[in-house]
Amino acid sequence: MLEKELELSETARNGYYLNYLDELESEAIYVLREVWAQFQNPVILFSGGKDSIVVTHLARKAFYPSRIPFALMHVDTGHNFPETMEFRDRLIDELGVRLIVGSVQESINNGRVAEERGKNATRNALQITTLLDAIEEHRIDCAIGGGRRDEEKARAKERFFSHRDDFGQWDPKNQRPELWNLFNGKHYEGEHFRAFPISNWTEMDVWNYIKREGINIPSLYFAHQREVVWRNNSWIPNSEFLKLEEHEEIVSKRIRFRTLGDITITGGIESEADTVEKIADEVSAMRQTERGNRSDDKRSETAMEDRKRQGYF
Amino acid sequence: MQLDNSQILRFTTAGSVDDGKSTLIGRLLYDSKSIFEDQLEAIEATSKRKGHEGVDLALFTDGLRDEREQGITIDVAYRYFTTPKRKFIIADTPGHIQYTRNMVTGASTANAAIILVDARHGVIEQTRRHAFIASLLQIPHVIVCVNKMDLVDFSEEVFNSIVRQFEAFSSKLAVKDIRFRPISALLGDNVVNRSENMPWYEGATLLHTLENMHISSDTNKIDARFPVQTVLRPQSEEHRDYRGYAGRIASGIFRKGDEVTVLPSGLTSTIKSIDTFDESPGEAFAPMSVSITLEDDIDISRGDMIVRTNNKPRMEQELDVMLCWLHADPARPRAKYTIRHTSNEQKAVIRDIVYKVDINTFERNEEDKDIAMNDILKVKIRTTKPLMFDSYRGNRTTGSLILIDEGTNETVAAGMIV
Repeated sequence: MLEKELELSETARNGYYLNYLDELESEAIYVLREVWAQFQNPVILFSGGKDSIVVTHLARKAFYPSRIPFALMHVDTGHNFPETMEFRDRLIDELGVRLIVGSVQESINNGRVAEERGKNATRNALQITTLLDAIEEHRIDCAIGGGRRDEEKARAKERFFSHRDDFGQWDPKNQRPELWNLFNGKHYEGEHFRAFPISNWTEMDVWNYIKREGINIPSLYFAHQREVVWRNNSWIPNSEFLKLEEHEEIVSKRIRFRTLGDITITGGIESEADTVEKIADEVSAMRQTERGNRSDDKRSETAMEDRKRQGYF
Repeated sequence: MQLDNSQILRFTTAGSVDDGKSTLIGRLLYDSKSIFEDQLEAIEATSKRKGHEGVDLALFTDGLRDEREQGITIDVAYRYFTTPKRKFIIADTPGHIQYTRNMVTGASTANAAIILVDARHGVIEQTRRHAFIASLLQIPHVIVCVNKMDLVDFSEEVFNSIVRQFEAFSSKLAVKDIRFRPISALLGDNVVNRSENMPWYEGATLLHTLENMHISSDTNKIDARFPVQTVLRPQSEEHRDYRGYAGRIASGIFRKGDEVTVLPSGLTSTIKSIDTFDESPGEAFAPMSVSITLEDDIDISRGDMIVRTNNKPRMEQELDVMLCWLHADPARPRAKYTIRHTSNEQKAVIRDIVYKVDINTFERNEEDKDIAMNDILKVKIRTTKPLMFDSYRGNRTTGSLILIDEGTNETVAAGMIV
């Protein structure tokens, strides 16, 4: 015999273990408390998407019965879904936290950035400047994000505590090693950190958690009837910003969004899933990655890495 | 569908450059159906462009631009897959550059290590090095995968001889659970599916092993340790008198009514409640994040540790530590560093280098006193105030620490308290 194979059921042997969602939750709460303890002025980067909603929910749990001790920061591109904005404002009221808004339109008006031109122009990359300006203006030393390592290949290399230099840049080749659960958030004036409490969660974990916790999410995630146009292999919503190409035509479809970004770049998928349970089932059978419908990631093979290096979310 | 009560298993993969590590990870992801169609299409296109036959599974683990261009891995990457039985987190550590540093990082949180051995080459220097690090970091389970069995005609003799080679030196190490698997990552034999080419092998496949190994007892359930992260004092009407100590239980089990001592002050009290957002359970265990309230009003802050009165950790200022140096800047003699240990932070000085370990021969060198990147050594450290700790061997959370350079703020070393 080479070895003894121990294959007794875990429960029968030992009741003291956490299931995967409880362990992920406990880890995220630990990270959030560590951020609070190690930084002076942290904020949660809030996009209105499911990941930042989950992070906000976790922050509520981490500090209960105290209020969430962080402000929420939203980088407003001006190209939002109206539903996202309504959701944001309701959540802020409910939690009683402060909202900080960085406006891309203001950055354009102030000449900090110039609007992209051409048919696929978006404000996606412009957000980087607005985000970094807001971080500087509000003296934020840690911005907590909903980034997950399973999302994208550059994100697979992220730390829980990720250092940004005084230009807001990420240097993936020169990151601080992160061992055990000992996070080093030490930094100089002007530098800041990004913290990712749900690094180890997958898209499926997020949906299973939303389902278990009964977390409210924007209506856009549920199947609904919408005017859309077929572009880059997904259904792009009609909006005041949409410029139709000659061969394109607006149709009405029953769709839902798998991720939420700007209205100009977020493609929907045809779906009948109108409850969290149905969405979780749909996602578990999904054969395409979540960001496959995001044209911001399709610009090049290293689109995410390039933006992250500059200071993107 | 994943089961509601499934656990997380974290494992790290170690192999030298051409052992097929990326192919193995690609195979695990591919055969467990964790790869999406758009990822597969991208890999197929790249395989074709590079002139590979079929799909090169190793490409799934490509990451940064420099890595793809140079065909190397630079930094630890984390990958995920799920089966109905478990969720898996892989710390994928690169094979050559800064090897020790990266493997130590990946190993620090792992329940299991997969060590790859090329069936054609058998146990080589790197294999010994990987096993040594797994042992040093006290990874509870090691799975030695003898890969590329297809290139040795799936020979039972070759496999058995490698098992013997490995056991000849692993008996000197502190790994309790070592298992051996003959596999072909390229063809998929014994990775997820049973091999038809090796009827002589009656053991489990790699995935079956990972899905079923017993990991609940990997965490210390005996020594109750609660490092305080922060104090919760809500200012609201409803919770005016609430004073909760927030943290993640490092080890052991705490129950309402337990007699506890707060360190370093030594003051004692009784646990009044253990609270989470959802409930106030009568007991809580590692690694739960909770907040604890006590019957008595005592001064407690971040860095303190709550323990059961009848089971205390060591509290000392002079520590013997196994150190792995992680930074390109060498250690300066008598230099001061910041120690981060649980939620505690202190100044410390490396007083003496006891010996350096040659990780290929496991021999101790007491003459060489220079500390450079990737060195593993035993040192004596003195802290400004007593540290509350257990030995790493019995407690990976309260026995581990990092050193931070006060000048650069960089994490320069990882330490395991002897």
